[in-house]
Amino acid sequence: MADKKATRAAYGETLVELANAGEPVVAVEADLSGSTTTKKLGDAYPERLFNVGIAEQDMVGVAAGLALTGHTAFTGSFAVFGTGRVYDQIRNTVCYANLNVKIAPTHAGVSVGPDGGSHQMVEDIALMRVLPNMRVLVPADYAAAKAAIKLAAHTPGPVYVRMGRASVPCVYDEGIELEMGRAYVLREGSDVTIVACGVEIDEALKAADALAEQGISAEVIDAFCVKPLDAETILASVGKTGCVVTAEEHSVIGGLGGAVAELLAEEHPAPLVRVGMRDVFGTSGEFEELMREFELDAQAIVEATKKAIARK
Amino acid sequence: MNLEELKGKANDIRVDIVKMVAEAGSGHPGGSLSAADIMTALYFGGVLKHDSQNPQDPARDRFILSKGHAAPALYATLAEAGYFPVEETLTLRKLHSRLQGHPDCRKLPGVEASTGSLGQGLSIASGMACGLKLDGSDSTVFTLLGDGECQEGQVWEAAMFAAHRGLDNLVAIVDHNHLQIDGNIEDVCSPESLIAKFEAFGWAVFTCDGNDMEAVLSTLSAAKSSRNGAPKAIIAETTKGKGVSFMEGQAGWHGKAPNAEQTVQALEDLGA
Repeated sequence: MADKKATRAAYGETLVELANAGEPVVAVEADLSGSTTTKKLGDAYPERLFNVGIAEQDMVGVAAGLALTGHTAFTGSFAVFGTGRVYDQIRNTVCYANLNVKIAPTHAGVSVGPDGGSHQMVEDIALMRVLPNMRVLVPADYAAAKAAIKLAAHTPGPVYVRMGRASVPCVYDEGIELEMGRAYVLREGSDVTIVACGVEIDEALKAADALAEQGISAEVIDAFCVKPLDAETILASVGKTGCVVTAEEHSVIGGLGGAVAELLAEEHPAPLVRVGMRDVFGTSGEFEELMREFELDAQAIVEATKKAIARK
Repeated sequence: MNLEELKGKANDIRVDIVKMVAEAGSGHPGGSLSAADIMTALYFGGVLKHDSQNPQDPARDRFILSKGHAAPALYATLAEAGYFPVEETLTLRKLHSRLQGHPDCRKLPGVEASTGSLGQGLSIASGMACGLKLDGSDSTVFTLLGDGECQEGQVWEAAMFAAHRGLDNLVAIVDHNHLQIDGNIEDVCSPESLIAKFEAFGWAVFTCDGNDMEAVLSTLSAAKSSRNGAPKAIIAETTKGKGVSFMEGQAGWHGKAPNAEQTVQALEDLGA
């Protein structure tokens, strides 16, 4: 197992695995097949990759038509174009009709780095989460991304899979399977619950290590399935720890932090501190620099944790 | 059906359209009436391979109403073809009805895709045409667009893709009634020349009088039978509100229901 690998690296090769297994997967791409890695499906099965060119609206519509003829259709492009630019197509054509289309763009979040704020999509989880019929998966690493793509393929109806460009540390063992609607407790603790997703899982685990050195016991939960959210696992943890920190490479509005805030407010009011983009756009810089600049790193989670505990 | 029977069926469909929109108290009669002859030719003229008793038959041709606001034309056609009772058309737009304001494929048999947000049907139809080719099917995909709808950029993304992929199992019909909500399409923001545009995008283009049954039938048949590596576009010249004297050529009847008095007049115009 490599130490670091991008979640997007799982995309094309998992589609090939599914095709090899006889599953009717196809991909519709908008000129980014090399970047998203859907090219791998096209290399192995040329007839199953449909490149529409730089035409994201058509990409979603073509995927819908392929789904309507019995295919499991995955879309590509970058998260900023693959969700925001085609929101109406995803809403009215895919989700309204509950079609078997998987919106699975890559290059989400600030980890895109130097491309800058125009390309750093930090609102996509919110946009996808609010849509009826849509499920939202945010895998933490390469192995989780493979599992998430398989899970999406095997779940009828629309699924959003959020992947990134940057190489990120491997948290899970290769071959792991993930279940729809489940969150996973990666580390048990008693003082605070850290609910994270995507690249923030590694940061949360680092934060838990740092907190342990300071005598604070943090429980780390991977809420890779932001919708449907595993309320049971999260509430059981909060019942034990009494406070929560959420962490996501996304706006604190409407994403995982928003979802957990809604859950706690209705079911189990408890102190909550959200780590994420604080209603701002990103900017050019290297991944690690941006994680510090926007206070998304382990250090930020440690500070948030202390604030949450102080409010208990 | 022979030509006279088809003309009679188109009139029945126009009567259904007027009645259901009047009963609903809202809806889009103008662009439904303009498309009635095209819909009749497709479903009753032997053009579209379909079976109302087996709506999911894999061997069927597909029809997508891209101009989803013309739902009354689709519903009247499907009901007359036996997909559901004609009486049910009077539930249009009402709570718990399967006949939603715009077509919902999850609710009503015979509706192939949910539409209503303009500009998307041609992409969906292209994807279907790809899927059918991938599976070795020789079925044809038809879609009906509005001429105003051709102002949507996505239509041209799809036009480029369909020609690039050589989707000769795809037929796009443009209901060219020249009117949109805000007035004449040439005045609002002209999409012309639609013929030259589709030709430039690599499509085989046909034109016909879209309210002349014989012309519509022969053009649809020719477009369907030609498998020459290019998608087909039919620019069908129509009259908005066709068949109802006071609605013909009036943009104001795009999205408005007739009142009781106007309904009587409309049905009289249609000989009902």
